[in-house]
Amino acid sequence: MAPSTKAQWAQPPSKEELERRNTVNINKETVTNTVSTDFPGHFPGEDHAFSIDRFQSGFDITFHQNDQFHASFSLVGIDASLANAFRRILIAEIPTLAIENVFITNNTSVIQDEVLAHRLGLIPFKGGREGLRNFLRFKKGEDAQDYDTVQLDLNVTCTVNTDASPNETDPLKAYHNAHVYAKDITFTPQGRQEQYFSGEDAIVPVNPDILIAKMRPRQTIELSMYMNLGVGSDHSKFSPVATASYRLMPTIKITKPIIGADAQKFANCFPEGVIGLEKVSKKEAGQRGSGYEGHAGELKAVVVDPMRDTVSRECLRHEEFEGKVQLGRRRDHFIFSVESTGQWDSDELFLEAVKKLKQKCKKLEDQVDNMVR
Amino acid sequence: MPGRTKKDEPTAQDTNMEDAPPSAQPEAEEVDTEDQEEVQEEEEIEPQRVRILPGSTDTAASFEFVDEGHTVGNALRYIIMKNPDVEFCAYSIPHPSEPKMNLRIQTYDGLAVDALKKGLADLQDICDVVTDEFTTKKDQFNAEHGIVR
Repeated sequence: MAPSTKAQWAQPPSKEELERRNTVNINKETVTNTVSTDFPGHFPGEDHAFSIDRFQSGFDITFHQNDQFHASFSLVGIDASLANAFRRILIAEIPTLAIENVFITNNTSVIQDEVLAHRLGLIPFKGGREGLRNFLRFKKGEDAQDYDTVQLDLNVTCTVNTDASPNETDPLKAYHNAHVYAKDITFTPQGRQEQYFSGEDAIVPVNPDILIAKMRPRQTIELSMYMNLGVGSDHSKFSPVATASYRLMPTIKITKPIIGADAQKFANCFPEGVIGLEKVSKKEAGQRGSGYEGHAGELKAVVVDPMRDTVSRECLRHEEFEGKVQLGRRRDHFIFSVESTGQWDSDELFLEAVKKLKQKCKKLEDQVDNMVR
Repeated sequence: MPGRTKKDEPTAQDTNMEDAPPSAQPEAEEVDTEDQEEVQEEEEIEPQRVRILPGSTDTAASFEFVDEGHTVGNALRYIIMKNPDVEFCAYSIPHPSEPKMNLRIQTYDGLAVDALKKGLADLQDICDVVTDEFTTKKDQFNAEHGIVR
């Protein structure tokens, strides 16, 4: 029989106990209490069984920033295994379009064919949303189709600029096309691509100023490129994110008063804005056992914004703060940062990652149903 | 009781051996002409990627997932461990150069397969909750900060 049958004598855990369980302690040389314990049977008499209502009531998202290509938000009340699944999917499993094959007809520049091809592959592109999401599909087999392959060309030759003064030393002025940039790549729509990728929706590099190669007069690059959909687990050029990471919310607990010059020194141990200085009020100073007796009007250290902390542990190196501060991190508070390379919007990417995880589970569910037993 | 594994209803009648398919897989439609087979291939029949490893019993089973990794493995392990009927659950990737993930489930009560099914269903529910919450909070934030896209 499962041991989670509720015991009559069980006391619900106190607020302090819940906070203790939810905090990863960061000590001078060690980290402690690192493992989640919210499983049935871990604490006698407590019910930790999963229910979607319980999850829903404990779950919360807060947005900190939502730029097109950089979103930052907190997921609170979720386990690391799930937050990590979202992060991993963001990096490795959301399909994007990137250059996969390069056919070089002529390359007399100093950059070698294979290096040039690799550089081209890493350039992020953007294009019409509808076309990228719903029209394009993964390439299967050898033959290229309008729905799985996008063709690009790059044809540049460096020539002498006859208008420039003969003493000109800047190659950009003395020659035409001395630098080859991503904006020199041209897109040729094939078949139905015309409908999806024309005008503003054309396939173009996200950043037109990426330098591809440098040339001198009479050098030339002539090549065509073929783009396919792919995923980051195959090659990182297919990853839709530049970075997708999370960190746990830092906690700083001042357990004994830090007053006066020490308070200033304490604040200097942290990044700006994490620790504030407040005057000790008369009321606090009058309270016996508070540690503030007779310090009315002096400055004390208070925690203002622990989210900005980098958890450097600097404050633990100083003797005067020993036993006065406890650093930690909240186990179930994930501060995500999703930086897109440009093909997707960052907030859209996270939703896509959640969708992808659901899809994977759905597929596996069918697989389990079909499993031979 | 909330959170408990759903138990499959016991099957009412025995199946005649001739009628019983070799697996629970939906039977392929009876088209065997070669050109039609090619058309079928394009429709993508997913290969079977999950199997029970030998030595498994009803309440203690190991499953092998092909082409799955830590992403699903760890999430599934967590959610299955949250099931009070489960005594033990763990996953491993036996060798990094094989695209395989093994999942072990031992239950106090009920079938290991049912615990796995419940885990997969719970994960999908979580995804729905996360999507809803994310969308509402995003819209709220965008409205407050005048972000229009």
